[in-house]
Amino acid sequence: MSNMPDNLRYSKSHEWAKQLPDGSIEIGITDHAQDLMGDMVYVELPEVGAQLSAGKECAVVESVKAASDVYAPISGEVVAVNTELADSPELANQAPYEAGWMFRVKPDNSADIEALLDVAAYREVIAAEA
Amino acid sequence: MAHKTPLYDKHIEHGGKIVDFAGWEMPIHYGSQIEEHHQVRRDAGMFDVSHMTVVDLKGAQVGDFLKLLLANNVDKLGTEGKALYSCMLNAKGGVIDDLIVYYMNDEFFRVVVNAATRDKDMAWIETTAREMGGVTVTERADLAMIAVQGPKAREKAFTALGDGIRVVAEPLKPFTAASVGELFVARTGYTGEDGFEIMLPGKAAAFTWQMLFDAGVAPCGLGARDTLRLEAGMNLYGTDMDETTTPLESGLGWTVAWEPEARNFIGRSALEAQRDAGLERKFVGLVLDGKGVLRGHQQVTFDGLGEGETTSGTFSPTLGRAIALARVPVGVKIGDSCQVDIRGRSVDAHIVKYPFVRKGKSCID
Repeated sequence: MSNMPDNLRYSKSHEWAKQLPDGSIEIGITDHAQDLMGDMVYVELPEVGAQLSAGKECAVVESVKAASDVYAPISGEVVAVNTELADSPELANQAPYEAGWMFRVKPDNSADIEALLDVAAYREVIAAEA
Repeated sequence: MAHKTPLYDKHIEHGGKIVDFAGWEMPIHYGSQIEEHHQVRRDAGMFDVSHMTVVDLKGAQVGDFLKLLLANNVDKLGTEGKALYSCMLNAKGGVIDDLIVYYMNDEFFRVVVNAATRDKDMAWIETTAREMGGVTVTERADLAMIAVQGPKAREKAFTALGDGIRVVAEPLKPFTAASVGELFVARTGYTGEDGFEIMLPGKAAAFTWQMLFDAGVAPCGLGARDTLRLEAGMNLYGTDMDETTTPLESGLGWTVAWEPEARNFIGRSALEAQRDAGLERKFVGLVLDGKGVLRGHQQVTFDGLGEGETTSGTFSPTLGRAIALARVPVGVKIGDSCQVDIRGRSVDAHIVKYPFVRKGKSCID
């Protein structure tokens, strides 16, 4: 069974979102997603300053198997990206919720994160896929 | 209902992630495809390839039959256990499948064809055999097959399987095989490394796999098999070539035996017409210079020379960059630069001579 921390919010398309103390939202892909994809070999991230729209593709992860879009869970401006992933895409496999984080956004509306799935709802999404 | 090989329980036991492959439940990897890839390049790994179709062809006419059926010429064989790679063509010169044929004796050859093409291959072989007469076609679904590959594969296989195997299999030259009791051991493979492909009774597969495992041969999935074969510049049927392409435009011209001219194999006249008219496309290797991953069927653009397409591509674990096989306009040369359309992004690449990797070493730059 995939690891799903209780303190995160999730999307149906397998991104996670974490509220940081400075009000920005850290985003990555879930353990379930990385497990489905297999070894990551390339991650294409948005530019800092880019404006993201919730539900729209904003990054690409490529594994040995396939390329997959990453969708912005919430709307906002990109304030940081994880540059470590350029040389070490395997971080998204090894530590999807920590060192494998992908980008941080300053949300247009700070309440938006509350609309995302909690861990119980995300667990149901995965169960429905199986 | 999906098929399972006799090694299915072993795959589960060793943590294999199971996927559907051409109707077979096969392991794509056992944890990390990239680690399995490196294991084969640096040490020894094993693959369950029991889903592949083994067909025994017997009878007084079998040599003549294969000289009709195959674009390569089985007259190159003639000693027991010798193996030959060939395409099987339709009348238009399109590739029905690629295969390995083993000479057992003048009235007995064994061929191994792809799993994904099993039904059409069997239909084609049986129809052609019936028209000729004097050949019996027997599918050997009772056989399993384990490929043991890597610089230490042979030594570890001898350790695992004992001196009886060593005595017979150690002297084998590349592309030859020998029977040892119920085992048929061939020094062949699909990785660009040394090793064996071992055919054996299905009921013996699980304990043989376990003995190899105990000798330090790591289970490897179909994922690593694909990245290894691509680095080794070996074609994959269905993506690099199919019935709409000929061997001549698929990098397989070397497998077409034009001599003797009197040997009128199926597809010959179409290939001759294509050769005489001049080829429009050729097959090359491609290395990505920019960032990203090459995949099959991405468009490749050359300044002033037109367009081609990748036929299969991947991230090469050995080289740490993306590589592909590609079908391109005939005027393209080694070293030429090009642009590949990767999901709407134009990324620089250049043409290389393949294989990309052989025996653990880079062959490019």
